[in-house]
Amino acid sequence: MELDKRQQLELLFFMRLTRSLEDRLDNLYKQGKIVGGLFRSLGQEATAVGSAYALDGKKGDMLSPLTRDLGALLVKGALPREVFASYLWRATSLSRGRDQNIHITDLKRGFIGTISPLGTLIAVMNGVMLATRMQKKQSVGMVYIGDGGTSTGAFHEAANFAAVQNLPLVIIGENNSYAYTTPTTRQMRILNLADRVKAYGMPSEIIDGNDVMAVYGSAQRAVDRAREGGGPTFIEAKTFRMRGHAAHDDQSYVAKELLDQWRKRDPIAHLEKALKDNKVASAGDIEQVNKRVASLLDEDLAWAESQPSPAPEDALGGVYAGDVKPKAVSAGSED
Amino acid sequence: MSSITLLEAIRQGLWEEMERDDRVFLLGEDIGIYGGAFKVTDGFVRRFGEERVVDTPISESAIVGAACGAAMMGMRPVAEMQFIDFISCCFDILRNYAATSRYRQDIGIPMVVRGPCGGGVHGGPFHSQNVESFFLNTPGLKMVEPSTPYDAKGLIKAAIRDEDPVLFFEHKFLYRNPKIKQEVPADDYIVPIGKAAIRREGRDLSIITYGAMVYTALDAADRLKDEGVDAEIIDLRTLLPFDREAVLESVKKTSKVIILHEATRTGGMAGELTAVINEEAFEYLDGPVMRVTSIDTPVPYAPPLEEFFMPQVDDVLKAARALAAY
Repeated sequence: MELDKRQQLELLFFMRLTRSLEDRLDNLYKQGKIVGGLFRSLGQEATAVGSAYALDGKKGDMLSPLTRDLGALLVKGALPREVFASYLWRATSLSRGRDQNIHITDLKRGFIGTISPLGTLIAVMNGVMLATRMQKKQSVGMVYIGDGGTSTGAFHEAANFAAVQNLPLVIIGENNSYAYTTPTTRQMRILNLADRVKAYGMPSEIIDGNDVMAVYGSAQRAVDRAREGGGPTFIEAKTFRMRGHAAHDDQSYVAKELLDQWRKRDPIAHLEKALKDNKVASAGDIEQVNKRVASLLDEDLAWAESQPSPAPEDALGGVYAGDVKPKAVSAGSED
Repeated sequence: MSSITLLEAIRQGLWEEMERDDRVFLLGEDIGIYGGAFKVTDGFVRRFGEERVVDTPISESAIVGAACGAAMMGMRPVAEMQFIDFISCCFDILRNYAATSRYRQDIGIPMVVRGPCGGGVHGGPFHSQNVESFFLNTPGLKMVEPSTPYDAKGLIKAAIRDEDPVLFFEHKFLYRNPKIKQEVPADDYIVPIGKAAIRREGRDLSIITYGAMVYTALDAADRLKDEGVDAEIIDLRTLLPFDREAVLESVKKTSKVIILHEATRTGGMAGELTAVINEEAFEYLDGPVMRVTSIDTPVPYAPPLEEFFMPQVDDVLKAARALAAY
């Protein structure tokens, strides 16, 4: 459970990779190359990276991240080039331009893309874990929900179902203080998301979501318990959304003092300081991580930008097995 | 071979699929020791155990969500809605997840969601609905509704073996109706999804229908025969994707069409079928495509109200006589 130097630097690598990748996405969005929305996880990288780091790919662990969990997806093996290709709607992206941002799936690597209605994927992950249990695998599932998402019916139905079925599931509750523009105080009459699952008999922990080591430690305890048959756990990670809901949102409804306060708790700066203070890594080690990230992103962005766009008629097909193409809407075009 | 009810046919189909393929499992409310509200799964938990016959909380989203996840991982889940009316509670999962998965991420969801539909048993607004029009506009789903025991068994097996999510509607008025009992082969067979059946051949008029309304159409056809009108009855069996060829072939033969369904009128199957007939067989028509459907209200409870609400033989006759004038 104690992480060695290599592992701690790996955590730093994934957090830096997340942030730098999103910085580049920001630029691509401003250049008009990314259409639709851009959802950043700035300030929340430790929650996504630290939690996913507790999973074991060799044991068939599965993960379903939210849009603000790019870091979790990268830890689980998604490549920056796949993320770029998805945002840049390339024909060779995992969804072939059919779905957006990080709604990407690869069952072999163990990640399942989310959909935009919140809470749905907890219900789906319950089924994934029912299946792996019937298939006699020792897999653990990890799924994410924000503070806003904990008010949906799907969240409550699925949390209760996971508990009553004693499924090996870890639910990461990311309390980033805002659901789009609505603060948690206007979403619920309780202070902690974790209180929600007490009603389902589900154990929970509340942690500092900006401390990657704390997130990892808590997630590892929950994963171990799940694998040993102890059932689901809810982990509430207290963090803060340092940007608006999406790129179009200037976050004017958030007090400047609040942002200043959380800026001092930046998860990457926090980890870098701890690594140096504890003499785990030198400034040179950290510099090397940053260089690795920059060159990887250069290479992967160049690859993604070289990929073709989908042809218009690629919208057809793949709705049903056997590729029965839906009849074209315009008159006379028979396929 | 013995003569069995529609309900028994579904039960046999489910049982045989569970014996044949250990990836098949059931989940739903009260389906275990009680055997389901209508007893479709009576005895299953004793044979197959609690892991494959999962009693769930009253949580339709959690039930169908779990079915989706398990299906993605290679299982063949069959989720029961205690009444099909409650499928509204899991609309998000069906519409946004199950129906889009293959298109978005190349992952099929081979899942069946089945349950009792339909009126005529005084179940009131929440135990009598027909829900097909909610999902007709959802590419990625399939919808099936058998009208005979033979088809029920063959279609439930086909639905379980299908690679895509299938909504399987079981008309509760037909479940134990002794008049439609039928001998069903003991050997394994399926009825293919997407194929209609001709229930009665005729030359003068096509009645396109499905579910319990097949029997209303047959009664109407008997009466029309006395009036010199020879009606053909097409039982769609699959509602999405429906059998265009069978519909168009019948229309081209008779040139007059009634579309009959128990679901309410506006935005229903009949409107869509009418549009397809107009687009692809307009020049064959000798009169307007007529709709005979329930009225546009919730399903009322009191017997006289429900009878007024639902299509009756006389409504079909009235439409047929209007068409005969062309």
